[in-house]
Amino acid sequence: MRSASEIARDVREGASSAQREVEIALGAIRERNDELNVFLYVDESGARAAAQRVDDAIARGDEVGPLAGVPVALKDNLCQRGIPTTCASRILEGWRPPYSATVVDRLLDAGAIPMGKTNMDEFAMGSSTETSAFGPTRNPLDPTRVPGGSSGGSAAAVAANMTPLALGSDTGGSIRQPAALCGIVGVKPTYGLVSRYGLIAFASSLDQIGPLTRTVADAALLLEVIAGHDPRDSTSLPEPAPALRGHVEDGVAGRRIGVVRELIDGADADVVASVDRAVEVLRAAGAEVVPFSIPELRLGLSAYYLIAPAEASSNLARFDGVRYGLRVDGDDVAAMNEATRTAGFGAEVKRRIMLGTYALSAGYYDAYYGQALKVRTQMIEAFRRAYREVDLLVGATTPTVAFPFGSKTANPMSMYLSDVFTIPTNLAGEAAISVPFGVGENGLAVGVQLLGPGRSEATLLAAGRVLELAEGRS
Amino acid sequence: MSALRREDVAHVALLARLTLSDEELDLFTGQLAQVLEHASDVAALDLEGVEATAHPFGLVNVVRRDEPQPTLDRDEILAMAPDAEDGRFAVPRILGEDQ
Repeated sequence: MRSASEIARDVREGASSAQREVEIALGAIRERNDELNVFLYVDESGARAAAQRVDDAIARGDEVGPLAGVPVALKDNLCQRGIPTTCASRILEGWRPPYSATVVDRLLDAGAIPMGKTNMDEFAMGSSTETSAFGPTRNPLDPTRVPGGSSGGSAAAVAANMTPLALGSDTGGSIRQPAALCGIVGVKPTYGLVSRYGLIAFASSLDQIGPLTRTVADAALLLEVIAGHDPRDSTSLPEPAPALRGHVEDGVAGRRIGVVRELIDGADADVVASVDRAVEVLRAAGAEVVPFSIPELRLGLSAYYLIAPAEASSNLARFDGVRYGLRVDGDDVAAMNEATRTAGFGAEVKRRIMLGTYALSAGYYDAYYGQALKVRTQMIEAFRRAYREVDLLVGATTPTVAFPFGSKTANPMSMYLSDVFTIPTNLAGEAAISVPFGVGENGLAVGVQLLGPGRSEATLLAAGRVLELAEGRS
Repeated sequence: MSALRREDVAHVALLARLTLSDEELDLFTGQLAQVLEHASDVAALDLEGVEATAHPFGLVNVVRRDEPQPTLDRDEILAMAPDAEDGRFAVPRILGEDQ
């Protein structure tokens, strides 16, 4: 498989064409999409038209972007003008956004070819894609197991070689966890680095768009294209995109890296063994690796499952049958609102809305939501103290390898626990990367997670690259 | 914190504009109680004097110049709506017949 930068080079230099790359991607999608349920919508005509435009620009001798002719998959909570966007929910079935997300505009400007919309947990609420209203995605490494979630379709698209690049969103681990379970690279960027304009909101203070790719260098390339200030997102960091591609081979010599007990304890033995081996690789590459503990991280899961549902209950109030999507009739407007939401939302979305509404309701606000916001402060301060002593932290991405379908659906709490290692980064607004490293139970993929402070993407990618090289990948 | 009761869940469903069947009420009461039980570690902490963080970087009052910007096309938006009339979203009646 060629990397994204190799494909773009081939297209620019005439060894390939954007149209040829699109046909390769469409062929790969046709071959396995029925089996794996990766794409909810494949935009064949739009992809072919976009490829034609790139090829025409090259023929004219125009400057084309760094992703010229590279197919990319979009999670179905990212708006693309005129393309069905459902968040894998019945409540948005048939809706076509009247505008595109900033990340989609930037992909097109860079010459990339959006191929369609990938399956996900409904409104990004889940860790397996089993809450999708349109059926789960299957893990390309073992179709009897989940791909992780919520960006499970995007992770599977890359793992099944349908597209070299995909975008997902990460609110509590929704990029890193499926990347780990599908054996690919996933980056949760610093909060505000990538514009959220056109990302359908789940929990606005936690959501961040990021790359899912086969290689670390491709993640750097894709993140460079989508990052940078956007006046249409008021939480967007007021600074240009960082230079990342040039730092991928920087290595870790002289870096101090903390091995975080709280990001390893409770993981299965095969996962722990991979983290142990990653630590040895980082040490051999010249990093000073030290044992570390951040006890505050143990409160992350509880705080997250108060804060994220609270924000979701507010964000999802907009789905009321008035302006877009599903409407189920009722005698008056309140009955219509309620009938629409009851029919349109699945069980997990209802559970989170209920949980959030409760955490924000009179009498419980201070005890739950208010306390969780204070824990968030403590977590930010704990990370800040840690990063005075070390440059990066390392741990597992997930406690287990990919699990079988249905094994966690009856007990929501057991599903929530699969994000226990990824959630703290979102609460702190910081950055983290999951890199496939080692092999676990049944030959399945294991992800090692590297965490850093805000704006540490270049350092994280360089460290991820050290692990990738040790695995003999590209 | 007192245990979550079935009537609490019914009240929250009302606030959230969701209709729950009897079976769903039973199921959700148990499941939400389990999550809140897990969250009791947070609820029980003494955090007197700790500031709340609602947002990681605390960017405040981001403003732009008050100049007209291109916006979305009204007809295109209304064409995607469940119901529209005379250039507006249309909904079932809000007030009773005699109000």
